[in-house]
Amino acid sequence: MEHFDASRLNALVLFIVFCVLVLTFIGRARAGGDLFIRKIAGLNAIDEAVGRATELGKKVLYVPGIQSIDENQTIASLAVLSHVAKMTARYGTELDVPNKDPLTFASARETVREAYMQAGRPDLYNEGIVHYVTYDQFAYTAAVSGTMVRERPAANFLIGSFFAESLLLAETGQASGAIQIAGTAEVAQLPFFVCACDYTLIGEELYAAGAYLSREPSMLGSIKGQDWTKAAVALAILLGVIFESVHIFPAFKQWISIN
Amino acid sequence: MFLRLRLPLLLTLLAGLIPIIAFFFKDDATFIKKPNSWLEQDMVIVSGFALLLGVVNVVQSNVRKIERREKGWLFAAVLLFGMFFMGIFGAAGAMRLGGLPGIGNYPNGTPTPFAWGSVYMFTPLQSTMFALLAFYIASAAFRAFRVRNLEATILLVAAVFVMLGRIPVGEGAFGSVTEWMMQVPNGAAQRGIIIGAALGAASLSLRVILGIERSYLGLEKSE
Repeated sequence: MEHFDASRLNALVLFIVFCVLVLTFIGRARAGGDLFIRKIAGLNAIDEAVGRATELGKKVLYVPGIQSIDENQTIASLAVLSHVAKMTARYGTELDVPNKDPLTFASARETVREAYMQAGRPDLYNEGIVHYVTYDQFAYTAAVSGTMVRERPAANFLIGSFFAESLLLAETGQASGAIQIAGTAEVAQLPFFVCACDYTLIGEELYAAGAYLSREPSMLGSIKGQDWTKAAVALAILLGVIFESVHIFPAFKQWISIN
Repeated sequence: MFLRLRLPLLLTLLAGLIPIIAFFFKDDATFIKKPNSWLEQDMVIVSGFALLLGVVNVVQSNVRKIERREKGWLFAAVLLFGMFFMGIFGAAGAMRLGGLPGIGNYPNGTPTPFAWGSVYMFTPLQSTMFALLAFYIASAAFRAFRVRNLEATILLVAAVFVMLGRIPVGEGAFGSVTEWMMQVPNGAAQRGIIIGAALGAASLSLRVILGIERSYLGLEKSE
C-alpha cells in the first residue's frame, strides 16, 4: 500500500460512491423497477429528421465529431449513429458518414454495417456509406461543408467532439436549409450549435443518448445512478459554500479539492 | 462468439480498468504504471494502422468516383493528386532520397516540393477555412440576437455589454461589467454543464467497461 497516492483518496471515495449508486440502479432496473427519464427533445427529433430526409428523397449526413474512439463523446456519438443507421436502413434513405479520425472511421463502419444487418436490410449497406476523408481538421471541414452545399442533405447530425469547425459546419448546414441536430460536451462549442442548429444535445444529454434511444433498463439505470451522484456533488458544493461563507470546517474544502 | 463478443469486451474491461487503477497510485508503482504506459503507446500504434486503412479507403472511393465520372469527379482527381504529391515527396524527403535534404528547405533557401506544397498551398487553404469563421460568427450572432422574446432580449443586452467591454473604446466603461458577466452567471452555467458532462462521461465509461454499452462494437445488448 506504500504505492497508493493518498492525495487522491477523495477521488477514490467519489469513484466508489458513484460505482455503488450506478450499479444499485442498474440492479433495480434489471429487477423491473420503474425509472423515470425526462424527455430529450434532440433525441426525439431524430425520427422527424430522418423522416423528412426520406420524404424529400435526400440523404442524411452524420458527422461523428473529429476525435478518436478514446474520447467518450465519440463513443456516445456511435450509439446515436447506430440508431440513425437502423432508421435509414428501414426507410431506404441514403446515409453519408464522413470521418476525420481513422479509428472512429473503423468503428463507425462496423456500427453502421451491424445496424443495417439488424434492420434486416444488409442489401442496402455499401462500403461507401462510411468513408474516410482526411486527418486535417480544416480540410475535413472543407470536405463536409462542400458535401452540404453540393448535395444538400435534408438532415445533418453533428454529434460528438467538435472544436473550431463546429460553427463552420453548423452555419453551412443552416444555410443549406437542412434540419440539424447537434450534440457535444465541449462547452465552448455549445453556443454555436445552439445558434445554428434546430436541436442541441447539451453535455450529459449526449452521454445519455445511447441509453435513452435503446430503452435498455440496465443502461437507463446507470443514468439514474449518475443523477444521484450529481445530487451528491451538488450537496457537497452547497456545504462547501456554506462552510466557506461562515468560516467553519476548513478541512472540508481542503479534502474535496482536486489533486 | 469468443472473437466477436467476449474478446473485445474482455480487452475493453482491461483497457478501461488499468488507467483507473493507475490513477490512484504513485509514479513508482511500476506494476500498474507500466501496463498503463503500454496502453497509451498501443493506442498510437493502432491509430497508425487505422490511418493506413483510411488512406486505402480514400484512394478506393475517389478512384471509383473518377472511373464512373460521378458528379464532382474532378475534385476527386485533385484530391488524389494532392495526396500522392505530398505523400511521395514527404516520404522521400523524410528518407532523404533523390537528393532531398529533408521536408524543409534546400541549403540555399528554396523550398523542397513538400515544403512548397505545405507553405504555398496547404497553409493558405487552412487559413482560408479558419478565416470564414469570422463571417459565420457574424451571421450566427445576427440570428441569435434578434429580439423575439424576453430570453432573446436578455441575450442581446448581455451580448452588447460583453462586446463593448471587449473592445478598447468600451473597456474602461464596461470592462468590469463584462468580467462579472463572464465570471459569475456565465461561469456558473458553464460549471453546471461541465459537472453534468463529467458525470455523464463517467457513467458512459462505466457502461462501456462493464460491457453494458456495446453500440461502439456494433452490437446490441441482447447479443
